[in-house]
Amino acid sequence: MTKKASASSTAETAAKPASGLAHKDAPINAQLTREQRIDLFRQMVRIRRFEERTLRVYQQGKIGGFLHLYIGQESVAVGTVSLKGPHDHYITAYRDHGHGLAVGMSMNECMAELQGKYTGCSKGKGGSMHYFAPDKNFWGGHGIVGGQTPLGAGLAFGLKYKGLKGSCLCFLGDGAVNQGAFAEALNLASLWSLPVVFVIENNGYSMGTSLARSSAATPLAKRADGYAMDWEVLNGANIYEVRARTWEAMKRAHDSCRPSLLEMDTYRYRGHSMSDPEKYRDKAEVEEYKAKHDPLNLLRADLLADGTLDEATADKIDEAAKAEADASAKFADESPFPPAEEIFKDVYWETDNPDKRTSQGKLFFND
Amino acid sequence: MPLITYRQALNDALAEELTRDENVIIMGEEVAQFNGAYKVTEGLLEKFGPKRIIDTPISEAGFIGIGIGASLLGVRPVMELMFWSFAYVAFDQMINNAANVRYMSGGLMHCPIVIRGPANGGTAVGATHSHTPENFIANTPGLKVVCPATAYDAKGLMKAAIRDNDPVYVMENTILYNEKWEVPEGDYVVPLGKADIKREGKDVSIIAHGRAVITALKAAEILKAEHGIDAEVVDLRSIRPLDEETILASVRKTHRAVLVEENKPFCGVDAQIAYMIQDKAFDDLDAPIRRVSALDAPQVYSMPLEKLQLPDAHRVIAAVKTIC
Repeated sequence: MTKKASASSTAETAAKPASGLAHKDAPINAQLTREQRIDLFRQMVRIRRFEERTLRVYQQGKIGGFLHLYIGQESVAVGTVSLKGPHDHYITAYRDHGHGLAVGMSMNECMAELQGKYTGCSKGKGGSMHYFAPDKNFWGGHGIVGGQTPLGAGLAFGLKYKGLKGSCLCFLGDGAVNQGAFAEALNLASLWSLPVVFVIENNGYSMGTSLARSSAATPLAKRADGYAMDWEVLNGANIYEVRARTWEAMKRAHDSCRPSLLEMDTYRYRGHSMSDPEKYRDKAEVEEYKAKHDPLNLLRADLLADGTLDEATADKIDEAAKAEADASAKFADESPFPPAEEIFKDVYWETDNPDKRTSQGKLFFND
Repeated sequence: MPLITYRQALNDALAEELTRDENVIIMGEEVAQFNGAYKVTEGLLEKFGPKRIIDTPISEAGFIGIGIGASLLGVRPVMELMFWSFAYVAFDQMINNAANVRYMSGGLMHCPIVIRGPANGGTAVGATHSHTPENFIANTPGLKVVCPATAYDAKGLMKAAIRDNDPVYVMENTILYNEKWEVPEGDYVVPLGKADIKREGKDVSIIAHGRAVITALKAAEILKAEHGIDAEVVDLRSIRPLDEETILASVRKTHRAVLVEENKPFCGVDAQIAYMIQDKAFDDLDAPIRRVSALDAPQVYSMPLEKLQLPDAHRVIAAVKTIC
């Protein structure tokens, strides 16, 4: 029942010639048009440049609390979201900017949200860790490690209950695998045959604790064996591999209503959050990944080599992303903060729809 | 009007709502094949089938989270906790997710879920199985919580809860499941946030929720018969939303208030009610507000001691006598 596909390491991929990224010839990739291939690159660049811009905004003191950057992992969000059909849904944890932009949220609403502005995607009520776009099948953006994993199974349950052929891709980090809620979600997903694809974005560190110091056994995805669930480890830096292998798991959800657990090797270049001095790893390790495994560079080199892109076009895409990010920072700066009365909006559906209220009595206790 | 049990009233409410709306499902431990640990869901599997009446493993964080996730797509799950005491292993789902997703998304999402089950002491099951967390829940903006004391209210509040578009947590009571009350046949709802005067009186307002209402009614009978004190009994029914007007109107009539709950006293629901009364009806009070709560210790197992721990009619009468 379970299947262990070949786990290709990042080193293995890097050793291949740039013109031949693994899985590029998989049917789901072979059918991509030139413009679609370029768009994969564009979306990754947009996430990278957006987050680099948020870093500057954070350093200017305009962003409150936490800022968890996704830089280095862009191929996972872009690759998986590029497979989205009408009934495929996405949910992730707090490192959510990449997924948000990948599903089509605008840089403006995302940047404004970070600054707590009224024009933000949640009107400034969610912040960095809590992006939502249900109209784009994106259900957050969840701050508590592992807490989103039962919700992901629940979205899959909802699809199955309503008879919709779809899936829920539920992302988590390598730290979240040790939360009890995740173990419960895995069991229920398999027991009830839910169309969910759990995607562990294994960036090697749960906050400042390395994988070796937090998980007793690897690969992490092998835990699926305990739940009679298909699993696979793959190279998350290669967007073609991400797409090809995720598509197999999505088809399993669509066609057989079975869950999967995918572990994608990836790497975050920045600290856990902006307050992380990164004393737990060598700078050389980070540099090694940037030089050899950067998902943007891997795809860019591939697209240049196969003639999809030329240098000038690639640079133009990069410049456009930078300009878009700059414009979003300006948009956020110029946007107003929410008015004080917003504190009491969106707490209850009923108070937001007073003409449809059926309950009586007092819902807020400020006096 | 037929006399039916609190359990049957809940069962009728669930069956009627399952019939009315195909998005309503029931999920929980032993709810289907076993017919419910307390038989509240008896017969529902047979009538509605396994797609809608779903047994779960012992996995509260997992299945409550699944219910919340499914509710985002328009399913209306009614989740059974075998005991509300088991909610604590699912608190992240119930508090962080169900209560906050609407707010944090700026109103883009809502979570129409019901979580129900018994929350009471008094059955000699020890401290881990005797929690009454209505105060914890009421402390969380985004959630609603109700504590029905009678079969009539249990049915009407359950139906209102299932139709509500916000998360509603319903706290029942195993000691009441077998008690019978008059309940009309067919469809009716009791709106959330509407208190009920269970007994009219003029000398003192005894304000209670859950089974403490039954205790208050017993005390009121004895107060009338043996002490000539005419007590009014106000049943909150709903904690959040809260019917302040009915509470204040009663206090303005009787000028005295005794608050009774089976919750522990510190930061209990009645701490909020007492604050509210002194704040809004200070000049109407002729005496200090008194509280009668569970004795402030973990719930004791030993049967005679647990009887002492929960409020009984004698403790209520003693409290009333200090101000009347």
